[in-house]
Amino acid sequence: MIQARNVNKYFYVPQELHALKDASLEVAAGEVVVIIGPSGSGKSTFLRCLNRLEYADSGEILIDGEDLLDPRAEINRLRAETGMVFQSFNLFPHKTVLENLVMAQISVRKRSRKEAEAKSMELLQRVGIGEKFGVYPEQLSGGQQQRVAIARSLAMDPKVMLFDEPTSALDPEMVGEVLDVMKDLAREGMTMVVVTHEMGFAREVADRVVFMDHGVVLEEAAPGPFFSAPSHERTIAFLKQIL
Amino acid sequence: MSLYPGLDAPKPPIYKRLWALFFVVFVVLSIGGTYYATKSVDYIWRWYTVPQYFFYLDDVEVLAEAEGIVASIEPAGEESAVVIRGADGEQRYLVPADGLRVDLDQFVYVDDVLGSSQQWKSGLLIYGLWITLKVSLIASVFALIIGVATGMARISNNPALRWLAITYIELVRGSPLLVQMMIWYFVIGALINKSIAGWGLGPVPTIWFGVLSLALFTGAYTAEIVRAGIQSVHLGQMEAARSLGMSYGEAMRKIILPQAIRRILPALAGQFISLIKDSSLLGVISIRELTKITREVVTTSLQPFEFWIVCALLYLILTFGLSLLVQHLERRAI
Repeated sequence: MIQARNVNKYFYVPQELHALKDASLEVAAGEVVVIIGPSGSGKSTFLRCLNRLEYADSGEILIDGEDLLDPRAEINRLRAETGMVFQSFNLFPHKTVLENLVMAQISVRKRSRKEAEAKSMELLQRVGIGEKFGVYPEQLSGGQQQRVAIARSLAMDPKVMLFDEPTSALDPEMVGEVLDVMKDLAREGMTMVVVTHEMGFAREVADRVVFMDHGVVLEEAAPGPFFSAPSHERTIAFLKQIL
Repeated sequence: MSLYPGLDAPKPPIYKRLWALFFVVFVVLSIGGTYYATKSVDYIWRWYTVPQYFFYLDDVEVLAEAEGIVASIEPAGEESAVVIRGADGEQRYLVPADGLRVDLDQFVYVDDVLGSSQQWKSGLLIYGLWITLKVSLIASVFALIIGVATGMARISNNPALRWLAITYIELVRGSPLLVQMMIWYFVIGALINKSIAGWGLGPVPTIWFGVLSLALFTGAYTAEIVRAGIQSVHLGQMEAARSLGMSYGEAMRKIILPQAIRRILPALAGQFISLIKDSSLLGVISIRELTKITREVVTTSLQPFEFWIVCALLYLILTFGLSLLVQHLERRAI
């Protein structure tokens, strides 16, 4: 589903930084891949390269066979097909929850309003906040907002879901409700790439865990072997720190 | 009421009352002092001359256009139909019934008054107020469009658009509005009018040069406000919109701009209040707006105190009205 090969990314502001160094990742359809690593390791940058929120400077990224880095790629359709969930939710504060879900369905997926609303209500039910469709995002708790954000991405019928530290901005008691939604998704066979610090989630749900440090993919393995017998010394140091 | 309640110890009740009293005393003393000063320089206040410049009763007379004899007078609704038979045939006039001044069989000469009536008409100040309102309204709409477009061009990736926006903003902000009005009317206006006269078209009405100068002037300031507003909306909003597959334009239109405009409403209100006041300069290119009219009225009435105060109050009504409108929008937007 996703093939990223030798992806390089440089930043020049605030200072020059080689953020991704020949990072590669393959994700098969239905697979759940969790990317972990210390802050500044480039894991978020890598994830953001996968729907071109960052334009990779070199390398190759294929989404379901389509070349993402081709300037002529239908980027808006490709982005709709790779749902993105942000750390800070990024719901549209001037629109109701329902409208947050409906807007892009109408303009990007060309659905009728009726169709889009029906789909939105069904998704809101699925993430457990069906009754809150008429309120504005700021009236919701962090966990509820993040679930709305997940539903908003799902409304576009994505082939892949990308999660960029979806629980990092949440109060501890709300982390569970968001992870539950993500686990349900994984169980239903959604292809997912998740950047997170939730090791419990990685252990339980991931098919593969990827460890990144300083812009390099250092290690990838199934969660069992990854957590019990990590091979790289920096992985060992990192796991020791956070577990 | 404080923006930071709880940071300081609560004030005793006397605090509020004392300072409220101070405020009232200050206002009364200011007005009273001014009045006393005018008395001591022998200025005679004639406020009763003011209302006629808003509305006045005008005598409307119906005059005979040819001489002849009044052949018939018949009621026609609230008017009377007067028929005058002369050497050139009959002529029919409609005269207000209660203002009829001729009788049957009376001989009338050219320009004799057949009847008269009194009608309320709006005065000069109303006319000036209307012109100010019209110019300000049209210029505001253009200024907002120009401002939003330029603000977006200012942050565009396209160098041509960006530089054009910067050039326009710096050029307009860097010279006095009065000079710009002169240029619009006496330079650009003259060029345009002469050119289109070559194609057999009449001159562009002066008011449009006034509207243009005001709109372009305010547009430049609005552009910077709009740009700041767009930049104040969190980057994540654009990323979220684009990640759903929206185009840049759609995301800007539906996600970024609505949030930006809400935030910059107070600053925009200030800018458009300025526009209303700046329209007072249009007198220099012979647009008869409120200030120019007031100058005319002062010249004829010789009562400068009353009319300049009235002029200021009329501007206050316009600007305060706009201020209230924006406050209403602000409350509704939250």
